[in-house]
Amino acid sequence: MTELINRILPTVQKPARYTGGEYNEIRKNPDEVRVRVAFCFPDTYEIGMSNVGMRILYGVMNEMDGVWCERVFAPWGDMEEAMRANGLPLWALESQDPVKDFDMVAFTIGYEMAYSNVLNMMRLAGIPLHARDRHDLKGIVFAGGVCTFNPEPLADFFDFFSLGEGEESTVEIVALYDHAKAEGWSKEQYLKEVSRIPGVYVPSFYEHQYNEDGTLASIVPLDGAPGKITKRIVENLDNAYWPTKMIVPSTEIVHDRANLEVFRGCIRGCRFCQAGFSCRPVRKKSPEVLYRNAVEMLENSGNNEITLSSLSTSDYRGLKELTDQMIPYCSEHRINLSVPSLRADNFSRELMEKLQTVRKSGLTFAPEAGTQRLRDVINKNLTEDEILTTCANAFAGGWNNVKLYFMLGLPTETDEDVLGIADLVYKVIKTWKEHAANKKRAVRIHVATAYFVPKPHTPFQWEKQITPDEYLRRCRLLKGHFYSKCIEYNYHAPDLSRLEAIFARGDRRLAPVLEEATMNGARLDGWDEYFNYSIWFDAINKCGIDPDFYTTRGYGEDEILPWDTIDVGVSKRFLLRERHRAQEGVVTPDCRHGCAGCGANCLLKEVACDA
Amino acid sequence: MPRLLFEKKGNAVWISHLDLMRLFQRAFKRAGLPLTHTQGYNPRPSVSIALPLSVGIDSSCEILDFDLDGENAANGEIRERLNQALVDGVRVLEVYNEGQKIKFLALLDCVVSLEYDDGASDETVSAIQGLFGREEVLVEKKTKSGEIQNQNIISMIRRIMVSRKGQNTVELRALICCQNPTLNPMQMVAAIEKYLPDRKPDFAKCSRLEIYDNNETIFR
Repeated sequence: MTELINRILPTVQKPARYTGGEYNEIRKNPDEVRVRVAFCFPDTYEIGMSNVGMRILYGVMNEMDGVWCERVFAPWGDMEEAMRANGLPLWALESQDPVKDFDMVAFTIGYEMAYSNVLNMMRLAGIPLHARDRHDLKGIVFAGGVCTFNPEPLADFFDFFSLGEGEESTVEIVALYDHAKAEGWSKEQYLKEVSRIPGVYVPSFYEHQYNEDGTLASIVPLDGAPGKITKRIVENLDNAYWPTKMIVPSTEIVHDRANLEVFRGCIRGCRFCQAGFSCRPVRKKSPEVLYRNAVEMLENSGNNEITLSSLSTSDYRGLKELTDQMIPYCSEHRINLSVPSLRADNFSRELMEKLQTVRKSGLTFAPEAGTQRLRDVINKNLTEDEILTTCANAFAGGWNNVKLYFMLGLPTETDEDVLGIADLVYKVIKTWKEHAANKKRAVRIHVATAYFVPKPHTPFQWEKQITPDEYLRRCRLLKGHFYSKCIEYNYHAPDLSRLEAIFARGDRRLAPVLEEATMNGARLDGWDEYFNYSIWFDAINKCGIDPDFYTTRGYGEDEILPWDTIDVGVSKRFLLRERHRAQEGVVTPDCRHGCAGCGANCLLKEVACDA
Repeated sequence: MPRLLFEKKGNAVWISHLDLMRLFQRAFKRAGLPLTHTQGYNPRPSVSIALPLSVGIDSSCEILDFDLDGENAANGEIRERLNQALVDGVRVLEVYNEGQKIKFLALLDCVVSLEYDDGASDETVSAIQGLFGREEVLVEKKTKSGEIQNQNIISMIRRIMVSRKGQNTVELRALICCQNPTLNPMQMVAAIEKYLPDRKPDFAKCSRLEIYDNNETIFR
């Protein structure tokens, strides 16, 4: 007789994402391992397998003697339904064993709208949601990822958080668990010890007290817990672990290619960008090591495409040296080399021409704001001139498709700034008319606006989010100024970004909202098919939460912020200074034109910041 | 063009046809066996699989044609190198310099297992035998253009044997048309569900065993 899971698989979409068994998957004998880690990604297989961080830590943990790390992803709705109908608990791909039987359950959380997936996966696994309801060392639940730079909305559900880059700290955390398990420690004893590892934050060691107006009155460390937890970083990327034997999915994923990270950190300092500040300082990886990694990755995976990734690849100093080596290798082996997020400078234009694989359809800019004034406020140093010059060259070279991304609701934005977007778009159309190689083919301009979400650890962390109604008014205002048929304008619905704003700057009082929404079926919120705002709206109301407190209110400069316990390297003083410069419309040059003194270089002991 | 015979079993049965093509393209690359590429705007490595296999069906007789780019490895070596580079469940059985023309591929020997959780009975066996003994059994089929057509499946079944296997399973062993016209073996299950609703199995699965030309000679 066919076992249950094999009866379910034919009934669900894309069953291969639930079975494991891909090339380079790591299997170990359960009798020969001491610590089993279920590494959970709170979204589907196709998204999770595209995540480089997960691939790094999967490799790091499996390199450890006596440790077996396996992968777990969120099931799609059809599979979830079948699991519930048949009482099947969530399983890990490699062994197909239930997650609840693992020693450690780890999550990597990259965006706020995955929070419902985190809780839903814990429910599907049969793990008690609240940390206080889990009493044993076995089944300890922890998390890392950029969302843990403000983990407070999740604080009730996790035993601890691992902040920053995990290549080294994860090994320390898991090795300590190995020791604790052998010695028969209690969960309390382990938490006490693990909190001594730099970068580890145990939320239950802190008490959050509130004022009558709802703002934080104090954050009290208990039993001698440290007042600040500083994120971890890897100083020397050349010596750091890099997974060159990566799992090759047997079914198509979102980024179905080899992905090579060329450096970490960002020199730009766009004031809205969380990654730009929280991933500092800048650390380089040498072109020689990168080239070696690239060849190994390609040979071990059989991929026919490789992408050079980072927050801003044009800013990688070794880009010319690396691409000079890689282009011949790639053309000999019929491999597409893709270099995304190039800036509009001269070298990048030359490089784009050399990369023959660049399809003539795609040219994307993210000016973020429509006027130079507002771009100065957000410190996005992309000028109209640069955009139009690049467009002119591209149109002359045969391109006829441009994507332009903007945000609405940025601090100090006026209707003039909103209409500046329309102006810029018409200038792009005019440029096309003047330079197009083939005017018979129409130009297509895709314009998209997103709803600005203020994020922790950025100069805009104190800012107000505009109301959803005001956001929609600005969208309509802009739409009313697009007359040309060659413009396609899309704007995001405000609900998701409003929720994102609530949780991004949220505190511990949001835990009941998360729990309530998940119990009522919230999950896969990043997917239009499943996102249901009314579930969230009801949960927020039921829990007596005022969403405006976290969104339109704005945070006071002398207010205690929920994430004040967490130090990402960039000082609050610097963020405040940047905020004030934004208000004055003063730009801060990128880090290569002079250090602005963000403070992140203090995280470095062996090397200097490579900005 | 060289051809290989492979099997697809175990967890690999959940890999779709398109994903399997990609999987082979990468396996050739990992094995150090570069493929020639198709001409055109978007060159693709030249591999093609003769009869796309539905997800969930296992097979011991899949055919894949490929074209190596200036590589002179012996057939046995190609097989070994590919098997090193493939995933569990997909295994190359044999490599041939040249295959028969695909248009001569006509018949498929397959087995369909019908599982009855409360036990399979001899009455079920005879009822199913009776059904496939009819002149006409019409089953709905969705055509490529999306319309629903009624198809007489009897004319596409050259031979069928129905028997009980153990307590819970009834097995259909059938030689059926697999090209011009094509009968999806699971259509036989659909026929049972339609004509013998009381004998609807709790679960059905299928395996491809062997492929033949129209004279029932093994096709390679």
